[in-house]
Amino acid sequence: MTDQLTTDPAKPAQRMRAGSMSITLMPWIIASLLLLFLPFIFQANSAITIMNQMSITIIFALAYNMLLGQGGMLSFGHAVYMGVGGFACVHIMNMDDFFANIPLPLLPVFGGLFGMGLATIVGAFSTRKAGTVFAMISLGVGELIAACSVIIVAFFGGEEGISGDRTYGMPFFGVEFLQQIEVYYLIAFWVIISAALMYLFSRTPVGRMANAVRDNPERAEFLGYSARWVRFYSFVASGFFAGVAGALFAINYEILTEENLNLVTSGQILLVTFLGGVGFFFGPILGAIVFTLVQTVLSLQTELWAFYAGVLFVATVMFFPGGLAGVLMMHVPAMRLGKAKLLVVPYIKTLLPALIGILGLSALVEMVFHFRHAATGDHEMTLFWTTFDSHTLLPWIVAVVITVAAFWLMRMNMPGMVAAWHQANTVGKDRA
Amino acid sequence: MKDMNAATTPALHIDGLRKSFGKTEIIRGIDLSIGRGERHAVIGPNGAGKSTLFNLITARFPATAGKVELHGQDLAGLAPYQINRMGLSRSFQITNIFSNMTVFENVRCSLLWSQGYKYSFWNLVSRSRELTEGADAILEQINLLNRRNLPAGTLSYAEQRALEIGITIAGGADVIMLDEPTAGMSHSETDYIVELIRKVTENKTLVMVEHDMGVVFGLADYISVLVYGEIIATGRPEEVRGNPKVQEAYLGAALEAEH
Amino acid sequence: MDLILVNLIDGLVTGLLLFMLSAGLTLIFSMMGVLNFAHASFYMLGAYFAYQISLALGFWMGLLIAPLIVGVLGAGVERYGLRRVHQYGHVPELIFTFGLALLIEELVQFLWGKNQMPYDIPEVLNFTAFAIAGNSIPAYKIFMIFISVGIFIGLLYILTKTRVGMIIQAALSYPRTVEALGHNVPLVFMGVFGVGTALAGVAGVIAGPVLGTFPGMAFVLGSIVFVTIVIGGLGSLWGALVASLLIGWITTFAKSYNVRMEDVLNGIGISTPTNLDDNLFRDFWTITSPQIADILPYILMVLILIFRPYGLLGKRDA
Repeated sequence: MTDQLTTDPAKPAQRMRAGSMSITLMPWIIASLLLLFLPFIFQANSAITIMNQMSITIIFALAYNMLLGQGGMLSFGHAVYMGVGGFACVHIMNMDDFFANIPLPLLPVFGGLFGMGLATIVGAFSTRKAGTVFAMISLGVGELIAACSVIIVAFFGGEEGISGDRTYGMPFFGVEFLQQIEVYYLIAFWVIISAALMYLFSRTPVGRMANAVRDNPERAEFLGYSARWVRFYSFVASGFFAGVAGALFAINYEILTEENLNLVTSGQILLVTFLGGVGFFFGPILGAIVFTLVQTVLSLQTELWAFYAGVLFVATVMFFPGGLAGVLMMHVPAMRLGKAKLLVVPYIKTLLPALIGILGLSALVEMVFHFRHAATGDHEMTLFWTTFDSHTLLPWIVAVVITVAAFWLMRMNMPGMVAAWHQANTVGKDRA
Repeated sequence: MKDMNAATTPALHIDGLRKSFGKTEIIRGIDLSIGRGERHAVIGPNGAGKSTLFNLITARFPATAGKVELHGQDLAGLAPYQINRMGLSRSFQITNIFSNMTVFENVRCSLLWSQGYKYSFWNLVSRSRELTEGADAILEQINLLNRRNLPAGTLSYAEQRALEIGITIAGGADVIMLDEPTAGMSHSETDYIVELIRKVTENKTLVMVEHDMGVVFGLADYISVLVYGEIIATGRPEEVRGNPKVQEAYLGAALEAEH
Repeated sequence: MDLILVNLIDGLVTGLLLFMLSAGLTLIFSMMGVLNFAHASFYMLGAYFAYQISLALGFWMGLLIAPLIVGVLGAGVERYGLRRVHQYGHVPELIFTFGLALLIEELVQFLWGKNQMPYDIPEVLNFTAFAIAGNSIPAYKIFMIFISVGIFIGLLYILTKTRVGMIIQAALSYPRTVEALGHNVPLVFMGVFGVGTALAGVAGVIAGPVLGTFPGMAFVLGSIVFVTIVIGGLGSLWGALVASLLIGWITTFAKSYNVRMEDVLNGIGISTPTNLDDNLFRDFWTITSPQIADILPYILMVLILIFRPYGLLGKRDA
């Protein structure tokens, strides 16, 4: 790990093999153990529900990033592959005779195959080009299938969608998946399997060439690879794992509706993936975890959570195109140099005021919203455990003063942080 | 034209090649045969149509008229990857590497097809000894082994040009085409790259485009001079240098262009 | 026959409205190489601003001022948003405009709430212009046609006949050269972006009263506008016009003539299966044209992209 920058030219081949296996297995073991023991720490039913949703989002986001991050293809309609996989699985659940003969944990394979089937059909013409043309076709196909959901009622169930019952499947070693916790372990199992398979896919020849085609399709063509076929294979593989996510959704919620197919869902997975960071394999995982938490917590606290999510998203695109993973990985050089601790104090001095400033700003936003949209006569609102009258001047002054002061403090401490950053990333020199 | 064995087909054969962009004809009827194992340089002043010719040969642009044959096979209408699989590999004038991937991965990617991996998704690239060792051998040839795990985009310009050549030769193609491999380099860097080219194109057919005759003088077996879309002379370096037409048309323009 | 005429007029209104959006979008695309996903959001902002202004100053001031504000906002987005994201490449640019579209929708809900605004046709235009066989044609529709045609002619004149238009056209193809000639190309880009979004604003101002001023209005029209310029050929102004009218007429006619899929299939010699209720494709057989009117543009786009990837009038390397 430490000698990534300089290599011993003598035996590179051996080092590579010996090193990579031991390094790459550790995160998987840790992740598996974490998934195994999390339900013992968070026992509440609501916690299990959140974790299930998180896991499904992780698979979907990783599948999405096979296109966006690894293949350079921006899709505005990826929800349909997850959705169709899910719809197909609900139909399988409703085929009594057939479903009684397959154990529930195998259902995601069927979901995957349906997602893959659809991706094969669409990919046949949509992967000819990357960039804008691909994005537009994905949007068109996505809207088309979403619109079909109210027309082809036999398959999509129209406005109310279709529902099934997961417990009619063949018992799996006596487990009938009546309880939430049993479903949790089923999903957890599939998260590990899918993530591992997607990671391994990125290490195969076609996975490596997907990166090459993303960076430079023309050059890749002059290396003997058709950029189109490379994209097609990535697309089909992504469709499979999106379908797996859809199947897990079907198992967990036992109902699918038009909402699983539409542009909102497709846009949301773009948001999740980009927020986490498209440049690293673990980025979408991070994005899925953070987004699900933020969504759950914020949507309980405020009606405006989608607004905040939008602001966060636009800010990420503008200022941190590498997403959360990118920000984290920026610190690797400083850690290698052993100077990361130089950053702790400057970070606290800058980011804490920034956080307070952002909270102050959001308080103002909430107050404006309350002022404009609360029922007439309802002047009382509660914010940060404080109840006050939004139609008096004092709360506004307090909020403005706190916000301005916090941002001023942040600005004052900013140069110090920048200086510390440079120092932490410079080789040599004495520690301060 | 040259002392060519009639029995063997030339590695590359160009016949009556023409290209127009709108009303302007850039390439105005080119015939050229390049024998196997020959190092052939196409030189000419800026704007002579060298890069256009290069892009026509590798089917990046469709030709207006004429044809290009590789080992006797017509290249018209073929996609770049099909041409590459027939044994032709090219570099680019503007450095064209996979800048977000490491130096090692750049070279490894260029080995994949020729080692028969195709679109495989059941092999792990890190598990293949041939791939790793093959890529390292190429890196050793182009002296970039000590940069192995750096992102390619962070290399110096000369190193990126060397990597570009490494990617081009890695797949084992027998016809190598280099587009101004020394463009924008200092004298010492140029000498270094020329030596590198000589080393890596041993026993291969080399076609390179260059605007500086001095660069190719010691390297090329044959030189063709391209001026305003036409080849005005072809021959051994000494013959070409002595040719008065070349002196007039090429050297004059080159002097004008450079200073 | 008379019904055809009525539908032709209705389709023309829809088509021209689409064109006002797609013209700006396609200009911006040929300039920056990026599809502005938030384009329809500026259309929505136009409607909301005009509504707000019309409360105080009346419809006509809204028609005048709202597009200006939208244009300035658009120019600001280009200057402080897109130009910054541009360095990361096209895909982040597209993602940025997508995020902006989400954000503007949330912002509109934040300021005006989720309900439809009572933004209405001005009294002066609230009468029947003429009637065709009992179908009355409102004067406002005629007004919309005149405004859109007027804007199109103005745009064409500016682009082809004026000096500014020539600089813009040149800057689209040779930005470096034009910059070297002493023109401020980033300013030109910002200007074109501003004008493009202002056009979308105009469309919003005049469409708001008939199509409704609500937070989902950008979403409803947005996707169709992309479809339009993809069908017409990315970057082609004439293509955008042809595709806009085509889509306007197709959807209008599909809605007003109740064609059943069963009749179509029977017509081409496929007979209806006997027990339709058990058939897997039963929904397919009972589809009617008004049902699928809104997805016809998408079907058209997918077909175009398969068989003519560069659109009806697009250039090959667009």
